[in-house]
Amino acid sequence: MSHEMNAAALPAGVTGVVTDWSGDKQAFQVPWGKAMMWIFLLSDTFIFTSFLTGYMHVRTSTTVPWPNPSEVFALTIAGHHIPLILIAIMTFILISSSGTMALAVNYGYRRDRTKTMLLMLATAAFGAMFVGMQAFEWTKLIVEEGVRPWGNPMGAAQFGACFFMITGFHGMHVSVGVIYLSTVAFKVYRGDYESRGYEIVEIAGLYWHFVDLVWVFIFALFYLW
Amino acid sequence: MAEHAEGHQQHPLAIYLYIWLLLFVLSTFSYLVDYFGFQGLVRWSLIIIFMLMKAGFIVGIFMHMAWERLALITAILTPPICLLVLIGLMNIEGEYTTKTRGQYFDEPPQVSRIVEGHEISH
Repeated sequence: MSHEMNAAALPAGVTGVVTDWSGDKQAFQVPWGKAMMWIFLLSDTFIFTSFLTGYMHVRTSTTVPWPNPSEVFALTIAGHHIPLILIAIMTFILISSSGTMALAVNYGYRRDRTKTMLLMLATAAFGAMFVGMQAFEWTKLIVEEGVRPWGNPMGAAQFGACFFMITGFHGMHVSVGVIYLSTVAFKVYRGDYESRGYEIVEIAGLYWHFVDLVWVFIFALFYLW
Repeated sequence: MAEHAEGHQQHPLAIYLYIWLLLFVLSTFSYLVDYFGFQGLVRWSLIIIFMLMKAGFIVGIFMHMAWERLALITAILTPPICLLVLIGLMNIEGEYTTKTRGQYFDEPPQVSRIVEGHEISH
């Protein structure tokens, strides 16, 4: 009954849409920016899963043997031939960056601006290292191994397309994250969040941990499978 | 529920350091699966177990999902279930495509083996 009366009193049209979506009906008891970041990450989950599912499909359906990632990504360091070593180092770098990010969020809420900024910059530096190693990996694959999106000398032609698409999209996320974290770190240093609160550091952290999370899946499904 | 009045997440540093260490250990294990060259079912199970454990710790502790309210947890973690359906369907489709390719693109002996029993005599 009161529902109908309320509906009659509400404005119609575009104003009504705004009223309905903002009418004192908060579903998530978190800052709005955090809820929005989670929803963005959910949509990103769908994008990455679509890529990985596409990769799974071409890999299961090809009749040509898939190139062995363990061998493709091996490096010879000081005369030793170590399988997948570059990818292992990249994994450890990204996990290190996740740890420094988690600590940055913690120090942010303690309002320790210097430590927060330094930890965020360390995170961004780890991210930049990761992208650098990825550039090295791509160069090695394109120039030395002759991998192309349409074919490669080692096996199934789809390998290149999957590799460049998946790691390229992930690398783009890392690069964007480095810029994002550096910006927030600068604003922390400047004291922009003293009055607004340090939720923004946690929101930036969510994005960064997600990038690490995606790498966990890529590492397992593309490189180890 | 360690939720504060301000609605933000504040937990002891020890938790993060412990999870951080755990992620390193799990990543090392993942790498060793490849290094020691495990194959077959052992390889797949170990890879998937370590992957899911790492994902769980990152989402649960680093992203604070373990301390969020159920409304947010369900809103974010239930939609990806749809993706499992997509993965399942594409897996079936992939197997079908492989069989079709085997039937039509492979060398003649294999084709005759597949169509065995359906031979048309002219």
